[in-house]
Amino acid sequence: MTAGLLAAEWTKIRSVRSTVWSLLAFVVVAIGFSTLVAVVVSNNWTRPGPHPNQITLHTDPTAVLFGPGFGLGQLAICVLGVIVISSEYSTGAIRASLLAVPLRIPMLAAKAIVFALIDLVMSTITVFAVFFISTSILSSHVSITLSQPGVTRACIGAILYLTVLGLFAMAIGGLIRHTAGAIATVIALVIVVPPLITLIPGTIANHVHGYLPTVAGVLIGQTAQQPADVLSPWQGFGVFCVWTAVLLAACGYLLLRRDA
Amino acid sequence: MLWRVAEAPGHIEARELTKRFGDKVAVDHLSFTVEPGRVTGFLGPNGAGKSTTMRLICGLDWPDSGTATIGGLAYKQLSRPLTRVGALLEARSVHPGRSARNHLLFLAQTQDIPARRVDEVLELVGLSDVAGKRAGGFSLGMNQRLGIAAAMLGDPKVLLLDEPGNGLDPEGIRWVRNFMRQLASEGRTVFVSSHLMSEMAVTADHLVVIGRGALIAESSTQEFIQRSSERSVLVRTPDQARLRELIVDEGGKVTQDQDGGMVVTGLEAPRIGELAASASVVLHELTPQLPSLEEAFMELTAGSVEFGDTRTS
Repeated sequence: MTAGLLAAEWTKIRSVRSTVWSLLAFVVVAIGFSTLVAVVVSNNWTRPGPHPNQITLHTDPTAVLFGPGFGLGQLAICVLGVIVISSEYSTGAIRASLLAVPLRIPMLAAKAIVFALIDLVMSTITVFAVFFISTSILSSHVSITLSQPGVTRACIGAILYLTVLGLFAMAIGGLIRHTAGAIATVIALVIVVPPLITLIPGTIANHVHGYLPTVAGVLIGQTAQQPADVLSPWQGFGVFCVWTAVLLAACGYLLLRRDA
Repeated sequence: MLWRVAEAPGHIEARELTKRFGDKVAVDHLSFTVEPGRVTGFLGPNGAGKSTTMRLICGLDWPDSGTATIGGLAYKQLSRPLTRVGALLEARSVHPGRSARNHLLFLAQTQDIPARRVDEVLELVGLSDVAGKRAGGFSLGMNQRLGIAAAMLGDPKVLLLDEPGNGLDPEGIRWVRNFMRQLASEGRTVFVSSHLMSEMAVTADHLVVIGRGALIAESSTQEFIQRSSERSVLVRTPDQARLRELIVDEGGKVTQDQDGGMVVTGLEAPRIGELAASASVVLHELTPQLPSLEEAFMELTAGSVEFGDTRTS
């Protein structure tokens, strides 16, 4: 693979409005929603009544800081991951792409690298923006700094999670090739299936739930291990990476096998 | 000693190319060769498998059996393929949200073609004014021009053009025709598909004719026209039985037309006149018939038209 292929994928991504809007939606939703939650928590700090958030801010601060904003914002990353590849099929641009790169796999690899880098950069900016905005809003009630145990790892973990999530969505987009179907599948895997699995009683279901791609993946964004977690943060991230790698490999295999 | 690297010849060669979609055979053991330096027309009715064949040559679809090569190599073996082969495919292949310039730019980047070449090909096809506009707003004709610009991006020796006249106005069609002739005169291989015999008659030097995915004819355009427009003569006479006998004895073939006339093939009009005179048969009419090229083509491909298939393959 050459620098030219990377440049070409960068041109493709930046020259289409939908990708630019998805990235913007990710940043705005993540920062906006996190800020809203931080403001509400801060304003209600001294009100009577149970405040589970206040307790969690001490035991697992990043869960409160990142949970709402990225729980919602990650959907934009899912959509973007799908459309960077499925839009090529829906518009027919894939034919032009594969005429230029008939071996196909270098095109997929270049796309994955460029998209992962964009995702990484945007996630880094957004995660740290959310962290510093939210902690400063809450600073009069609770002090959260990067030097506290697990906090820096959780921030980096959130960035890594969002980056791998993009590739996870891209792989599914490349497998399904239809934008709507692929987005529905990714959203189902990320937010619909996990709570449904927990409805099944028993330890097996608990383990299945723990090994689901994003359930395992988000553990790296937690400051501290929770009692119910099946996996440690890095184990969880490893499981998520394996899921993604397998899906990308399947995507590459079918890209080679199928007619364009 | 002269160190000269032989220029890779730009032959396109299909050998026993076969492609099935389910139980439908789209391309059926198709073999042909396309030579450089001339325009080769790829002719067949809609649904005959022309587009599928082109996609097989370009490595977009995989054949079930057989091979297609360009200069002896499969498309996927070509390094920087756009500098060897330019292809305009029938189906749309541009993201409607991307500008013409960015579409060509990303293609150029994959081949390490300098970006200034993008502006050159935009100029070549007359799209410079709308280079920054989103392709989704383009007319059919502008899309065709963008497709031709993409095909010319790498200044390739081999061009595959699938129905390039689609959506073009008469002026555009003339432009494409002259453009193809010019490319061929520069020594390039030009392989152009069409379902219109009339268009190919004035554009192509050579023809590959297919129907139902199988080869029907491969010859020069001139030869094809001569062969398929076999002359027939319309004869009217009150004494049909007698004249028929004379014509058949002389080696001609007689069929009845619906108005009571006889259509004679295998004999020229003057000879029929002489035969009639020698036997004192009265002639009411003796008219040499020239079937149109379109008719000849229809006749040749009769039975190979796929009906009920709205999707051109």
